[in-house]
Amino acid sequence: MDYTYTILILLLPFLSFLVLGLAGKWLSHRTAGLFGTSVLGIVTAMSYYTAFTYFTADRINDVFPTLVPYNFTWLPFFDGNLHFDLGIMLDPISVMMLIVISTVSLMVHIYSFGYMHGERGFQRYYAYLSLFTMSMLGLVVATNIFQMYMFWELVGVCSYLLIGFYYHLKPAVAASKKAFIVTRFADLGFLIGILIYGYYTGSFSFDFTNTAVYLNGAQPGVEEGFSKAIAGAGFILPTALFLMFIGGAGKSAMFPLHIWLPDAMEGPTPVSALIHAATMVVAGVFQVARMFPLWIQYAPETLHVVAWIGAFTAFYAAAVACAQSDIKRVLAFSTISQIAFMMVALGVCLPENGFTDNHASLGYMASMFHLFTHAMFKATLFLCAGCIIHAVHSNEMAYMGGMRKYMPITHITFLIACLAISGIPPFSGFFSKDEILVAAFEYSAVMGWIMAGIAGMTAFYMFRLYYGIFWGTENKEYHEKHVPHESPAVMTVPLIILTIITLTVGWCLPGSFGSYISATGTPYHIHLNWEVAGTSIAIALCAIVLATWMYARSTQPVADKLQATLPQLHKWAYHRFYLDEVYQFVTHRIIFAYVSRPIAWFDRHIIDGFFNFLAWGTHTLSYNIRTFQSGRIQQYALVFLWGVIVLLIILLIP
Amino acid sequence: MDYSQFLYMRDEISLIAVIVILFFADLFLCADRKEGQPSKILTVIPSLALFLQTIYVMVGISPDLQAEAFGGMYQTNGMMSVVKAILNIGTIIVFLMANGWMARSENTLKRGEFYLLTLCTLLGMYFMVSAGHFLMFFIGLELASIPMTALIAFTKNHQESAEAAAKYILTALFSSGLLLYGISLLYGTCGTLYFNDIAPLLSDCNWMQTTALVLFISGIGFKISLVPFHLWTADTYQGAPTTVTGYLSVISKGAAAFVLFVILAKVFAPLMEAWNTIMMWLIVLSITIANIFAVRQNNIKRFMAFSAISQAGYLVLGVMSCTAQGMTALVYYLFVYLVANLGVFLIINVTEQNSEKVLISDYNGFYETNPKLSFIMTLCLFSLAGIPPFAGFFSKFFIFMAAFKAGFPILVFIALVNTVISLYYYLLIVKAMYINKSKSPIATFQSDKCSLAGIALCALGVVLAGILSQVYEYINAFSYGL
Repeated sequence: MDYTYTILILLLPFLSFLVLGLAGKWLSHRTAGLFGTSVLGIVTAMSYYTAFTYFTADRINDVFPTLVPYNFTWLPFFDGNLHFDLGIMLDPISVMMLIVISTVSLMVHIYSFGYMHGERGFQRYYAYLSLFTMSMLGLVVATNIFQMYMFWELVGVCSYLLIGFYYHLKPAVAASKKAFIVTRFADLGFLIGILIYGYYTGSFSFDFTNTAVYLNGAQPGVEEGFSKAIAGAGFILPTALFLMFIGGAGKSAMFPLHIWLPDAMEGPTPVSALIHAATMVVAGVFQVARMFPLWIQYAPETLHVVAWIGAFTAFYAAAVACAQSDIKRVLAFSTISQIAFMMVALGVCLPENGFTDNHASLGYMASMFHLFTHAMFKATLFLCAGCIIHAVHSNEMAYMGGMRKYMPITHITFLIACLAISGIPPFSGFFSKDEILVAAFEYSAVMGWIMAGIAGMTAFYMFRLYYGIFWGTENKEYHEKHVPHESPAVMTVPLIILTIITLTVGWCLPGSFGSYISATGTPYHIHLNWEVAGTSIAIALCAIVLATWMYARSTQPVADKLQATLPQLHKWAYHRFYLDEVYQFVTHRIIFAYVSRPIAWFDRHIIDGFFNFLAWGTHTLSYNIRTFQSGRIQQYALVFLWGVIVLLIILLIP
Repeated sequence: MDYSQFLYMRDEISLIAVIVILFFADLFLCADRKEGQPSKILTVIPSLALFLQTIYVMVGISPDLQAEAFGGMYQTNGMMSVVKAILNIGTIIVFLMANGWMARSENTLKRGEFYLLTLCTLLGMYFMVSAGHFLMFFIGLELASIPMTALIAFTKNHQESAEAAAKYILTALFSSGLLLYGISLLYGTCGTLYFNDIAPLLSDCNWMQTTALVLFISGIGFKISLVPFHLWTADTYQGAPTTVTGYLSVISKGAAAFVLFVILAKVFAPLMEAWNTIMMWLIVLSITIANIFAVRQNNIKRFMAFSAISQAGYLVLGVMSCTAQGMTALVYYLFVYLVANLGVFLIINVTEQNSEKVLISDYNGFYETNPKLSFIMTLCLFSLAGIPPFAGFFSKFFIFMAAFKAGFPILVFIALVNTVISLYYYLLIVKAMYINKSKSPIATFQSDKCSLAGIALCALGVVLAGILSQVYEYINAFSYGL
């Protein structure tokens, strides 16, 4: 099978970006939107075709082959075999990501037609969406860590541009800057990690067979003892991988680098669904999964550190989500929590005798599975939230309540997505979350129970949100002034499509998810561990019942009483445990005052002073010697002659 | 005599053929023309012929080319052909630049002369580049200089033009005298003027040979306009017609710099230590003093003269190492400098043709009226200043790298400091165009098509020559050193 056409999957959205970006001014909203959407439709069709042919093709040694249909050496280095490549790599996870990204992106493209209707900068919006899609697709099909880094930064830029789409609103501008600075700061770690990795292993490629050879010192022409001694001592590679993880933690909003994601909700809601729920924020998880063979073989202990960071983040975000009143913020914290689930799943993988084993590394499959299902149902939730915001013109739960009467389709799809995220069968979230819990219990009972508890919290806050929007106290006064209405079909159809995927993907796939993606590549048959599954269903049901009891009625005595008895806790959770203030203090009071200001002084007075002196000196000197260029030819000849004589004197008199 | 040796001179012979054809075309087509109806044919034929000539030269380039003819009087190799091709490309751009100027009514009668004279100087440079004997070299040099004087004085009714030509020819005569004296000393001590025979006969401690070396460098230093042999430059550049100034600043300078490399490496190799000392001083002086003067200029042509002197300093920095890398760096620098500098001159020229304005202060507010031209001018100036990602950055980088590797770190450092100063004065023009406001900016004008083509070529060159590493690699394939 020839996959060279896959280059078009990257080129088409880029072309669309160029057309919409450069010629958008002259296009009507309708043409621009249709153009962007239809280009993306083609890309989606190609992605599905690729996935279909890839997964139905024959396996080699029981493993789906890793294909590089397109590769181009961009920057070769003078010595050694280190080079930067640009190319396309197809393997199970990148093909799966193609599906996720193109599906959600297409849905968002269609949905935005209705949501962004009549907005100023409509064409610009579609241009950015195309650029983002191109960058995200490029990130997942990267053949090497450096290419991944390039596209990684590109998605960061797109995220910046889209969060700040309403650039006339101050909070949006602040949020976009915050997102860019925080993730960029984390990316510094990523870059250092890449450089260390490239230096010691002599390769950037994701083809780790050479890396292993190199680390074992068998590479000819390399000072053997050197790289072997250091890398073999088990320090360099874990460090490099952890530094890369810091970059991933920035993008995937792991504690304490998560602070940008809740603010990123200032962007248009479809953008939140695409970038800040389904695709870009899982880039960190994808990165760890990409480097997984190295993690599991050379840095399993560090991998477990990642698991604990993930577990803490999951807990923290779930706790905060319970106290938020802005529906997009609840979803944002829920996203952080769910991504942390994926990180935990990767982190709890165990090396079996130093090698990957499907069963011991169940978490790898679970993580990718959850990534897939989460992308679908979280996109649904965000798009529903978009419909609701579109209808009531506010993000605050106080303006909602009782919306089920006005928006039936949104109500049903939101409910199904909530059930999925809570882990109720037969919705997709149940299957993937269950695998994560099984993997966590395999690793340690403590981790297993913690994650099961957080799963319960997830169900609780999601249903709190659900009841707060669709049931509960209706803000009649506001709704009479401003009757909410169901969104147009262009917005509800994507919701329905995504919901259908959520409904079916858990049990409808031929074979099971594990037969496509697993740690070693050989098929792995998922069999439900009913002990764990039963526990998690029970916890989820309890949490839902609790939420129903507390929030479903028109008055909420229990919740109010709870808030009254523990005012401090509620306040802290509402203010996200004051983490933003801590950052504010550290950056403004400490870094700005004691580091930046002295550097600024040095720059202004010493560096600028030197250059000003250079300019002043040049000026003065040229003023003083201007008579030298007199215009008299006889003087020119004299200078000429003197030049010759002086040179002769220099040479002849030793 | 073996007449097949003439075949080695294919480049020169074809150029001579072009000149002869043009000469007759000028004579007869000019006579046929009705009064007051300038035919375009006389501007089309030379450009077309030169274009064909360039293709002919480029086709002939091959790495295997390595030949001597007439007992070593004439020599050629791949790199020499590359240099000739680059000179040709530059001349084509100059012809494109000249087109608008030649179409003016005062030039109708002299049109053919311009092309003839230019091609004659080009022929001189061909001979200079390919010389294998000092006599040949000297004839080439004079063939390049004397028609040049006529070119400078082309608008002879302008006092400035005549004055510039007078200054040029007098200084040229003076330097030729010294150069001849140097050659005679060489002949006196060695008994031969063949490049191949002189090298073994040179020694460090013969003061006559050292003097010959100094005189030779001063003679060619005049052509490249190195300080202190540069004083004619500013006056001549200012007075000469802008097209000629562009030609003078790039083509004749580039040819001379390459010849300097070849002769120092081939003939004066035993005196390497001596000429290293001289060249070091000349380079430092050229770069620094030219920069200092450039800061104060207000006439843009005069400004470009000092810029050219300073650029020449960088150019001959490639000579210092005398390695293959140095030669590649020099030729690559020459190419990049050629496109960027001619780009600037093209814009100066169209502006002058349309508005008669040549002061830097006239360019205030240029961006408001002619945004595209200012943008390309900025690109070219950035390239001249060596700002990445434009080609100028890479060419400076390679030049510095070659000199650094050859063991001249201090020289490289001084040159680096000077790039900062040069950035300052190049940015002065950018500032004038974009930031300074003017009550009466140069009015919006439409450039003629030929100039636009030239500008487009230069802009492409400035951007692409840096990004496409093939250009450098290509030149590198022909390069050779000491």
